[in-house]
Amino acid sequence: MQLNANIPDGPIAGKWDDHKAHVKLVNPANKRKFKVLVVGTGLAGASAAATLAELGYDVHVLTFHDSPRRAHSIAAQGGINAAKNYQNDGDSIYRLFYDTVKGGDFRAREANVYRLAQVSVNIIDQCVAQGVPFAREYGGLLDNRSFGGAQVSRTFYAAGQTGQQLLIGAYQALMRMVGAGKAKLWAREEMLDLVLVDGHAKGVISRNLVTGAITRHAADAVLLCTGGYGNVFFLSTNAKNSNVTATYRAYKKGAAFGNPCYTQIHPTCIPVSGDHQSKLTLMSESLRNDGRIWVPKTKGDTRKPSEIPENERDYYLERKYPSFGNLSPRDIASRAAKQVCDEGRGVGPGGLGVYLDFADAIKRLGANVVKQRYGNLFEMYERITGENPYEVPMRIYPAVHYTMGGLWVDYNLMSNIPGLHVLGEANFSDHGANRLGASALMQGLADGYFVIPYTLGHYFASFPKMNITTDHPEFVKAEEEVKGKLNRLLNIKGKRSVLSFHRELGKIMWDYCGMARTKEGLEKALELIPKLREEFWQNVTIPGSGEELNQNLEHAGRVADFLEFAELMCYDAHHRNESCGGHFREEYQTEDGEALRNDEEYSYVAAWEYTGVGNKPILHKENLEFNEVKLAVRSYK
Amino acid sequence: MKLKLHIWRQKNAATSGKMTSYEMDNVSPDMSFLEMLDVLNEKIIERGEEPVAFEHDCREGICGSCGMMINGMAHGPEKLTTTCQLHMRKFNDGDEITIEPWRAEAFPVIKDLVVDRSSFDRIIASGGYVNVNTGGVPDANAIPIGKKVADYAFNAAACIGCGACVAACPNASAMLFTSAKISHLGSLPQGQVERMDRVINMVSTMDNEGFGGCTNHLECEAACPKGISAEYIAQMNRDMMKATFTVR
Ligand SMILES: Cc1cc2nc3c(=O)[nH]c(=O)nc-3n(C[C@H](O)[C@H](O)[C@H](O)COP(=O)(O)OP(=O)(O)OC[C@H]3O[C@@H](n4cnc5c(N)ncnc54)[C@H](O)[C@@H]3O)c2cc1C
Ligand code: FES
Repeated sequence: MQLNANIPDGPIAGKWDDHKAHVKLVNPANKRKFKVLVVGTGLAGASAAATLAELGYDVHVLTFHDSPRRAHSIAAQGGINAAKNYQNDGDSIYRLFYDTVKGGDFRAREANVYRLAQVSVNIIDQCVAQGVPFAREYGGLLDNRSFGGAQVSRTFYAAGQTGQQLLIGAYQALMRMVGAGKAKLWAREEMLDLVLVDGHAKGVISRNLVTGAITRHAADAVLLCTGGYGNVFFLSTNAKNSNVTATYRAYKKGAAFGNPCYTQIHPTCIPVSGDHQSKLTLMSESLRNDGRIWVPKTKGDTRKPSEIPENERDYYLERKYPSFGNLSPRDIASRAAKQVCDEGRGVGPGGLGVYLDFADAIKRLGANVVKQRYGNLFEMYERITGENPYEVPMRIYPAVHYTMGGLWVDYNLMSNIPGLHVLGEANFSDHGANRLGASALMQGLADGYFVIPYTLGHYFASFPKMNITTDHPEFVKAEEEVKGKLNRLLNIKGKRSVLSFHRELGKIMWDYCGMARTKEGLEKALELIPKLREEFWQNVTIPGSGEELNQNLEHAGRVADFLEFAELMCYDAHHRNESCGGHFREEYQTEDGEALRNDEEYSYVAAWEYTGVGNKPILHKENLEFNEVKLAVRSYK
Repeated sequence: MKLKLHIWRQKNAATSGKMTSYEMDNVSPDMSFLEMLDVLNEKIIERGEEPVAFEHDCREGICGSCGMMINGMAHGPEKLTTTCQLHMRKFNDGDEITIEPWRAEAFPVIKDLVVDRSSFDRIIASGGYVNVNTGGVPDANAIPIGKKVADYAFNAAACIGCGACVAACPNASAMLFTSAKISHLGSLPQGQVERMDRVINMVSTMDNEGFGGCTNHLECEAACPKGISAEYIAQMNRDMMKATFTVR
């Protein structure tokens, strides 16, 4: 397997402009002859599909949702970063770049991150031109807030619904192209396999979720914009239907999977309330602008929060990280919460919670201002917990939120399979071992609006056009495989529901590959997962048939992939003998419990190659070079 | 809690459906409505029968996937709340709950509680956007927009496209949905250029999709989980009047 990151030469600040000036182009009249399949309509997919259609490519878009507007991106709350420096508080492209590389615990590719910071400013311009109603100040200019891991205010937002507004903007841009006949939308259509011809990605096989019809799609290039895989843990803040199938099946066809073990545990989510729990709800990081996090100083203190006097409270983030305080990055804040709960100082049922308290903010700003800033989040909290956060502090606990890992891509966002491009959360590229808040929206839209429109043409112009049709033997074979797998699932007719397997897998992953990992724990998981997978293939039950809407069949296919993918995550976590960002190995920590990196041995991207179900995958390395940012111990103290 | 559920079961668009009853016990008040249905479905699967199909994704009240008539009310009894955010503590031990899909000609039933809402996408495709390509746009702060206007636009843009407005309306009208988009874009400077064309195109698509007219019942506003105001309908009607009389 060849991994060439294709990073352009020259000084970092000029790389992207220089690259754009030299990439090969497809002439405007020829673009319509190139068919591009975009899988996914989140921020990455919708923005890419709309932009490529505007350029004249023949764009086909697939989503398993009933409408592109439902993609998981819709749920993003807090905001999107951009180095606009509108607040005149010292922000710049370099500083956003620096914060992101440092935030990612020095495990991201510098050149990609720099480009991300550069195009961040264009994203805001584009969204405003589309009519995205960002929050504004009284003078009519755009407002900003702060997010974790930054000391400037560079986050643009639309109340607590930033993802919704950005996605609706991209969705409208896409529907404009659909209405104009320049893009074709395949809704309720799930991609179930990638088709390779002579080593190039030339199409996909999909299943219509209403009729069960299987379709072969041939194209000149495939873009996977299929989101993250946090639901391997069953409980996460991700939308229920988010899954790994598209990227995992591409991996099985030879695409390298980068850093699968890098998962982000978000510090502020509503704690689990019972066995029926189906998902976890995020309370936006933006709350940490004004909310203060604390637990009682003494173990087992069961008094009501209002009865615990100030001097008996431990505002542990402010204490441990005075310069970032409550706005410490996510991995650090999550671990700190776990620590105090492990010490027996957690609050609420089961002791798995910490307080996020707005009493001071309400005193300082008044309830009205607090309501204006966070009203919808407070309401959501109350709906779910039945408690009023204006009166009692919120209870929060860390939960799986985002996956930094994903398919390996080069600077052009192309995987090691020529023609297969990967955008948004589905790729591994920009966030290293930990993503800063408000940077996923930025990356998804950067990839879709401003990177792929330049780099895709380069692929087309670099290789002869293959003009594959769907009667090619590779399509026939892939379709047979897909149908065979569906039939196999339907014919097991065992005793256990898909959901029960998913829950059990999630528990294994949370216990052994979650917030804190150990060598022994990961080995245990590597024992348990294949057993569970075996049981799944013998004992799962899926009522109904494949020729109709069958939500259990959809879920079963996804869980089957999670049951293989989980092993890959554990292999990756097991091999990385260091702690970095979201990957915390208990064996590797400093005296005061901070992550202990090992730059000498692990300053690389782990890109894994598939070798068969249950077999250990092959490790390939892309060494990371840090020329701009000096490798240093990450400190938020 | 113990509950008795009456749920609409329909195999597919071609067959007719009927209500089926199910008993539930041990429902925790902390469960969400959909988690209660998850538990029911697990029991149905255990019996070897087909579980109830319903749509959901974010379970946070923002994607607009979920939606069902609960005791005759779109998204159930709690104001400003989607089905996925409704919790069982809003019900009482011993309650009987009727659960049906959205009913509207323009939203044909696909299976059980799942309906086809792609007509909404076609309304957007006919004009619910600003006609700009990617790139070459002015700096984001080049046009100041007063906070009031920005908030007005934002409140309209908060629509999640769930279709509760249509389901609640005796005429199955999509006026609230359509007017929210028209008002969002029409109130902003970016949306002025095509304001008149937009309203004509979107309203005519809405009519062609088989949605009914508005006769001011305001059930839509009451059912909307995002509190979208029916004032936007009046705004759309004013724009429509103007557009019809403007030489284009
Ligand atoms: C609750 C929450 C809040 C967040 N808040 C923020 C925030 O404030 N700021 C920030 O920057 N980030 C935030 N994030 C992260 C961010 O929202 C996501 O990382 C980002 O939106 C992912 O976008 P995407 O386009 O890559 O994928 P997604 O939005 O997940 O879209 C995936 C798309 O792929 C489609 N798809 C997937 N598989 C298939 C298949 N096999 N066949 C067909 N279609 C398929 C889906 O239908 C969907 O359209 C938040 C995340 C969560 C969970
Ligand atoms: S599931 Fe997304 S709004 Fe209810």
